[in-house]
Amino acid sequence: MRAVLEQLESRRAEARLGGGTRRIEAQHGKGKLTARERIDVLLDEGSFEEYDMYVTHRCTDFGMEAQKVAGDGVVTGWGTINGRQVYVFSQDFTVLGGSLSETHAQKICKIMDMALKNGAPVIGLNDSGGARIQEGVASLAGYADVFKRNVDASGIIPQISVIMGPCAGGAVYSPAMTDFIFMVRDSSYMFVTGPDVVKTVTNEIVTAEELGGARTHTAKSSVADGAYENDIETLEMVRALFDFLPLNNREKPPVRPFHDDPARIEMRLDTLIPDSNTKPYDMKELIHALADEGDFFEIQEAFARNIITGFIRIEGQTVGVVANQPMVLAGCLDIDSSRKAARFVRFCDAFNIPILTLVDVPGFLPGTAQEYGGVIKHGAKLLFAYSQATVPMVTLITRKAYGGAYDVMASKHIGADINYAWPTAEIAVMGAKGATEILYRSELGDPEKIAARTAEYEERFANPFVAAERGFIDEVIMPHSSRKRIARAFASLRNKQVDTRWRKHDTIPL
Amino acid sequence: MIKKILIANRGEIACRVIKTARKMGIKTVAVYSDADRNALHVEMADEAVHIGPAPSSQSYIVIEKILEAIRKTGADAVHPGYGFLSENAAFAEALEKEGVAFIGPPVGAIQAMGDKITSKKLAAEAGVSTVPGHMGLIADADEAVKISASIGYPVMIKASAGGGGKGMRIAWNDEEAREGFQSSKNEAKSSFGDDRIFIEKFVTEPRHIEIQVLGDKHGTTLYLGERECSIQRRNQKVIEEAPSPFLDEATRKAMGEQAVALAKAVGYHSAGTVEFIVDGKANKFYFLEMNTRLQVEHPVTELVTGIDLVEQMIRVAAGEKLSFGQSDVKLNGWAIESRLYAEDPYRNFLPSIGRLTRYRPPAEGKKDDGTIVRNDTGVFEGGEISMYYDPMIAKLCTWGKDRLTAIDAMGRALDDFEVEGIGHNLPFLSAVMGQERFRSGRLTTAYIAEEFRDGFTGVQPGEAMARRLAAIAALLNRTREARAVEISGTIGNHKRVVGKDWVVTLGGASFAVTLEGGSVRFEDGTSLVVGGQWQPGDSHAHFTIDGQRMGVKVSRSGTGFRLRHAGIDVIAHVREPHVAALAKLMPVKLPPDTSRMLLCPMPGVITSVLVAEGDTVEAGQALATVEAMKMENILRAEKRAVVKKVAVKAGQSLAVDELIMEFE
Repeated sequence: MRAVLEQLESRRAEARLGGGTRRIEAQHGKGKLTARERIDVLLDEGSFEEYDMYVTHRCTDFGMEAQKVAGDGVVTGWGTINGRQVYVFSQDFTVLGGSLSETHAQKICKIMDMALKNGAPVIGLNDSGGARIQEGVASLAGYADVFKRNVDASGIIPQISVIMGPCAGGAVYSPAMTDFIFMVRDSSYMFVTGPDVVKTVTNEIVTAEELGGARTHTAKSSVADGAYENDIETLEMVRALFDFLPLNNREKPPVRPFHDDPARIEMRLDTLIPDSNTKPYDMKELIHALADEGDFFEIQEAFARNIITGFIRIEGQTVGVVANQPMVLAGCLDIDSSRKAARFVRFCDAFNIPILTLVDVPGFLPGTAQEYGGVIKHGAKLLFAYSQATVPMVTLITRKAYGGAYDVMASKHIGADINYAWPTAEIAVMGAKGATEILYRSELGDPEKIAARTAEYEERFANPFVAAERGFIDEVIMPHSSRKRIARAFASLRNKQVDTRWRKHDTIPL
Repeated sequence: MIKKILIANRGEIACRVIKTARKMGIKTVAVYSDADRNALHVEMADEAVHIGPAPSSQSYIVIEKILEAIRKTGADAVHPGYGFLSENAAFAEALEKEGVAFIGPPVGAIQAMGDKITSKKLAAEAGVSTVPGHMGLIADADEAVKISASIGYPVMIKASAGGGGKGMRIAWNDEEAREGFQSSKNEAKSSFGDDRIFIEKFVTEPRHIEIQVLGDKHGTTLYLGERECSIQRRNQKVIEEAPSPFLDEATRKAMGEQAVALAKAVGYHSAGTVEFIVDGKANKFYFLEMNTRLQVEHPVTELVTGIDLVEQMIRVAAGEKLSFGQSDVKLNGWAIESRLYAEDPYRNFLPSIGRLTRYRPPAEGKKDDGTIVRNDTGVFEGGEISMYYDPMIAKLCTWGKDRLTAIDAMGRALDDFEVEGIGHNLPFLSAVMGQERFRSGRLTTAYIAEEFRDGFTGVQPGEAMARRLAAIAALLNRTREARAVEISGTIGNHKRVVGKDWVVTLGGASFAVTLEGGSVRFEDGTSLVVGGQWQPGDSHAHFTIDGQRMGVKVSRSGTGFRLRHAGIDVIAHVREPHVAALAKLMPVKLPPDTSRMLLCPMPGVITSVLVAEGDTVEAGQALATVEAMKMENILRAEKRAVVKKVAVKAGQSLAVDELIMEFE
């Protein structure tokens, strides 16, 4: 008996060593942790249950039969984050460069199938050189098997990808179809074709970092949702995000005890809106003031900064926030901000996360760049996403809500449940100056008359009451009591139910 | 008696005058500019009158506008505060004509003391000690040597037209006086085209000490002790105290009597201040100037004398006699004042403007330990620090039975003072309170320049303090983690158990600790007992460590805690031992190379370029403004740099990432 037990221990020990001490040291030398170390940081201590530790590949070409390592370059299993279940796979760069073989893919598919069946999220830690070339099409098939499962799981369980090393070629499409991608600065990159191919085909000379590093994907391409300094910080932040998310689409988002009065009065909000409506202010101050304990987990912080997306808690429960940011481009909607917010709204809606929308929007950004880029279709994505959402939705208009952008930003008309406005709100087709210039074109030569007309327009329309008189605004609220009012609004919507018509799926303007 | 006072000022001093007026049952009128529409003094006053646009040159110092406000409201007296019109003789005269009481000195005294040369002459005539020197022209080097020797070395040889240190020499003996005279003269000629030179005594260790005087209209003039204001930065007072740690009873009396003599010589009444420069080495004092108004730092005098100076000013203006005499004036205990400025000490004290997203001063009044906290302010949470006026946020004062008690009370009060949203000098003030040299009272006006030669970079915690902060961080983390595992949806009986062993990293140091109840045990076997009520989200908390109380500001920084206390500003990470071991493998990254270019962050029109090629800009300084979507956005320098090239002009339209300027 004892010999058998010892044999198990020695096989485990061998598997745990992955690609061996030398390669582990090389991994550490690059400032990277090993696959198992990462899991130890990500999950609650001692909670990891590993599966398929002894799996090896079956390839016999190119002398591969001599290069078998238990686990085959990926560590899979499940564990907990603050006691909640999560499935994890973590690619092991020390084993054949973390390359994806048929069996490597099978291991990932296995835990994805379990996750889907058991209603728990999947977190993938990616650190792989790509397909295992020696296996040829078997490896490609492996990728596709993972892709298919990503799609099958989409909207049923949250999927999070963490890019912690190379992720290139076909490998990028699995993370691309998950809900969130996080990257580690300076040690991770993602691209479809690498710098060498780029040079051959287009003569562009570009580094891997410039082409697909964390900065590129968080600020320019919007492929990634966030980037952090190193492996530890990244994994700790993923833990923090995980605490906001429900385990699956049949559950409500998690609730935890909170230490913040839902009726907290914030007098400072009464002076948040500057005297001049061309002066910006920081919408994040409002978000922090509304959130429990001022805690805000921002998604896509570096991209399309004219709109803010992220998670807060109100009375301990997760709420998704979408807010125009007057500090950047006056908080206008454009191609990038519409796409960013649309994606976020759809995620929240898929996972029963209530949505709070904070509106200060002067309209859509004009210009050829926008029109040629298809702002019509991209703007429609956000309109579509909001119109389709059935989760509890509360909207607060702080200042401008002009034109079509007013409709788009979770207006009453497209399905928001409770719409509040501050007394400083201006809900109108456009700003007073623009409106008078169109309405009184004949008087344009007379600045005095135009000024009087502008004042007249402001008096009549630059307020929340025209909309409130029609019931488009449920109540005009004092800024200082916003947290209380919004908390009560969400509380009143806890049992919201909407029946939707059967359809195969919608045809969102992708 | 006066029935209604108009305060021709703004900010904290307007609020301070209103408080006393209200106590005396007198109505108050505030005046305000466009920028002060929502200001605290407007809120506090019984009435408020708008007097014009934001710049004070178009509002607060326009005499006619103040007069209009007086007529409109029927105020029968005006308190000018400090600054603005407070030492403007024409204003006092205009009020006299209007038949309105000026709560301040007579016109003649303002005029006499307003002129540097006249005031010095008057002082000398009144027997006040003035800086020995020769004001007349000096013909040649021989005469310069003779004069220098008669004044006594060291002497300062100065160009009459001088400024900025040009044409200035210090001489310690005849030879240096001869050389200094010549080089000073040459330099003055080339720099200013004016080679007139004068010589005066050079004070090697100057301290700024001033005497508060108070007189009525019936011939009584008293001195209310002194204030020491040696802690200055570029002639701006930062920390003041009363009494001075330097003066003995005899010197105090001598200075007080001279100050009174000067006040009497000009027929002074109301409150005034006679400033002296005191030679710390030679123990001599010399008259500097007289301020014919209420001083910014008057609260420290009030705290040690128990006299409300504003009340006395009002009573004197109403013609009342002072109800006490010189022998009734007793200095009791010690008071310190810290001026909290919206100036970022980490960015070379660059003024910082913006919104006070958080403003929570410490509780005022008498504390359990007998100390007193007083905070004079004109701001409120959610208010704006504008670019138009003095960047002072508050004057925080503490009183204790002796100097160190008052200093320690100040340290605690600063630790309990929360100000966010703008850069401010609070950590700097805290740092001074902890400095041995300050605590021992070895002050000179060069204190800040000497003690912070390379600017202010924050206080580095010593070993003992780092351990205390680590213990606090461990406790905060336990609270946070204990709550984290209370989340809904956990997997039944397999919940995460929060452990006792943690590793705290903080400012480069690392501490392995074990938590048991309120006790934090370190690896070396020693432990600290920490008490405190912190809940996630609290931005400030009190802790007691081994019986000693600490006020700490706590905020989130990624997954760590940012802790601020006594000028220290650190980020603490608390991790399980196995994670901490792995964290050690993480590469140390150099701070990212902030680009040498300012790029346009958004498509828009450049509305103004605020710097020119060759300018040295400080971190945070505004460089240009871009208007986009009808919004003005101010672009600021990320670090100190010299502008190499400005690539745009005002009015130019730019696309995203277009070059605006380059730095060297």
